[in-house]
Amino acid sequence: MTGTDVVSAAHSEPDVAGLQGIARRVRRLVISSVAHAGAGHIGGPLSAADLLVALYFRVLNIRPDEPAWPGRDRFIMSKGHSAIGQYAAMALRGYFPVAELDTFDQLDSRLQGHPDMTLLPGIDMSTGSLGMGLSAGIGIALGARLRGTAEHTYVLLGDGECQEGQVWEAAFVAARYGLDNMTAIIDANELQQYGWAGAAIETRQPPWGPDALARQWNAFGWTVHEADGHDFVDIERALGDARCARGAPAVVIARTIKGKGVSFMEGRFDWHARIPTAPELAAALEELDVA
Amino acid sequence: MSPEVAAVLGRSQRETFGRTMSELADENPNVLVLDADLANSTKADIFAAAHPDRFLQMGIAEQNMVGVAAGLATQGFIPVVTTFACFAVYRALDQVRVLVAQPHLNVKVAGAYSGLLTGFTGKTHQAIDDLSVMRSMPGMVVIAPADEAETRAALRAAIEYEGPVYLRLTRDPGPLLFAGEETFEIGRARWLRHGADVTIFSTGQETTRVLDAAGILEGRGIRAAVVHVPTIKPLDAELIRRAARATRRIVSAEEHSVIGGLGAAVAEALGEAGGLPHLRLGIQDTWGESASNDDLLERHGLSVERLVESVEGFVDGSAAQANNRE
Repeated sequence: MTGTDVVSAAHSEPDVAGLQGIARRVRRLVISSVAHAGAGHIGGPLSAADLLVALYFRVLNIRPDEPAWPGRDRFIMSKGHSAIGQYAAMALRGYFPVAELDTFDQLDSRLQGHPDMTLLPGIDMSTGSLGMGLSAGIGIALGARLRGTAEHTYVLLGDGECQEGQVWEAAFVAARYGLDNMTAIIDANELQQYGWAGAAIETRQPPWGPDALARQWNAFGWTVHEADGHDFVDIERALGDARCARGAPAVVIARTIKGKGVSFMEGRFDWHARIPTAPELAAALEELDVA
Repeated sequence: MSPEVAAVLGRSQRETFGRTMSELADENPNVLVLDADLANSTKADIFAAAHPDRFLQMGIAEQNMVGVAAGLATQGFIPVVTTFACFAVYRALDQVRVLVAQPHLNVKVAGAYSGLLTGFTGKTHQAIDDLSVMRSMPGMVVIAPADEAETRAALRAAIEYEGPVYLRLTRDPGPLLFAGEETFEIGRARWLRHGADVTIFSTGQETTRVLDAAGILEGRGIRAAVVHVPTIKPLDAELIRRAARATRRIVSAEEHSVIGGLGAAVAEALGEAGGLPHLRLGIQDTWGESASNDDLLERHGLSVERLVESVEGFVDGSAAQANNRE
């Protein structure tokens, strides 16, 4: 990791090519940080990387130099094990020095294995136990409605995470209150830690059948938008549509690839939390080379 | 101070909860109450009638309710979640742990219908180790008031305190012990009655029965001190050690399992200071059942008569042991 990865804190919104470059840096930082720590998750942060870059560099109304600014949009990483992806995006956006990623998962670090709002300014809710982020997002959105303030709340969930019952408790209540000031985003990479046996031992079936998630969110009263989770134009279109929804909460189901960006990690469930060897690290960084 | 048990019956803690929350919301615009469809049992319906716009119905979904409260707390609100203690503590435990206790958010968890006396609902609805679970969480304040006046004052103190609080509340009315008292100091135990032979530590509404028992014991020649411990965490270990040293033998009594609750907290505090003979009265590592309050208290040794009997046996037994050693 080097300081040359830092994006200027004086933020001008990057174009698509700029976003793609930032996303490649995020992926490099995810993989090198996990390798450095000897711990952490890779597959999920890589599938979510483009969503995170779109949020932090284009969508969220935030002030990295004033992380507690009351008017900021809120972002909750409900799939908290993908924290390193969020940290990498936050570092590049100017919340803290990129070099601090070297402390990930180390004693006394602000960069815990799962996001900790008591340690790192800019984390809007501590998460880590799956299925909880949407509920907290409802609280923030209800609070904004009670106060009459305009901030929007985004919650990023995994498609595997949607197996948690609390997600559907929250989905019911958000729709019951017609919370149109919040957006759920599903990082639908169709894999989870171990998952559902496929035809061969190393393969897995998606947890949800085709369109099952869309139908389910729709049945719970949400406005459903779908997007290619690796296409910045499509992500921004879907998030824009979602933010315009009125009278009901909106969800963006983003179709993604677990391990996206590194050929030998893509679509492999076993890269959920595997630590790369030195040759694997070198090969991965070469594929993601931005120089 | 040596209050005899008042003949006057106070309001139930649940009714006191509904009324006090309404008053506190009059004073503080940030106070909200969240309900999981039990408001007409927990008496949050009193609050709902007084402040309909600040009463948030969350439906029969306690896990989500706790998460919503956490989100509201980050917005500067003071959310109070209400449901039966069993659901708040067991059903939503991970949410209380990860979204409230670990981030130390300003959420109050009001567990109604705690303990054994839940109105014939049986063991599924009897939270008998909620003190144990809640006090094991770093940073959690745990309060079990005795009567109407203390419930009212404790609620006010909980709202004024910045951070997570678990309030253990009961269903049925009991004697008014602290009439007219307006203040509650979190972390302070109260020496209600002095006596040279034995110190009885108790918490929650059980203290009303313990005071009755101490009165009866006095007539039988046993001078029992009574220390009421309404804050289980942080524990008033200093006063507990002082009271225990004064009598050299102690009893703890609680409408809770003997594992992990007040008795355990007292034993931990005293064990670190050398330990003393200690009789732990409570639910003896077993489940509750559906029955009348009187039958349940009798079965689990927490009625006035059974308290008297147990303390008398303990004092006589440990006196005999002491004599043998001499």
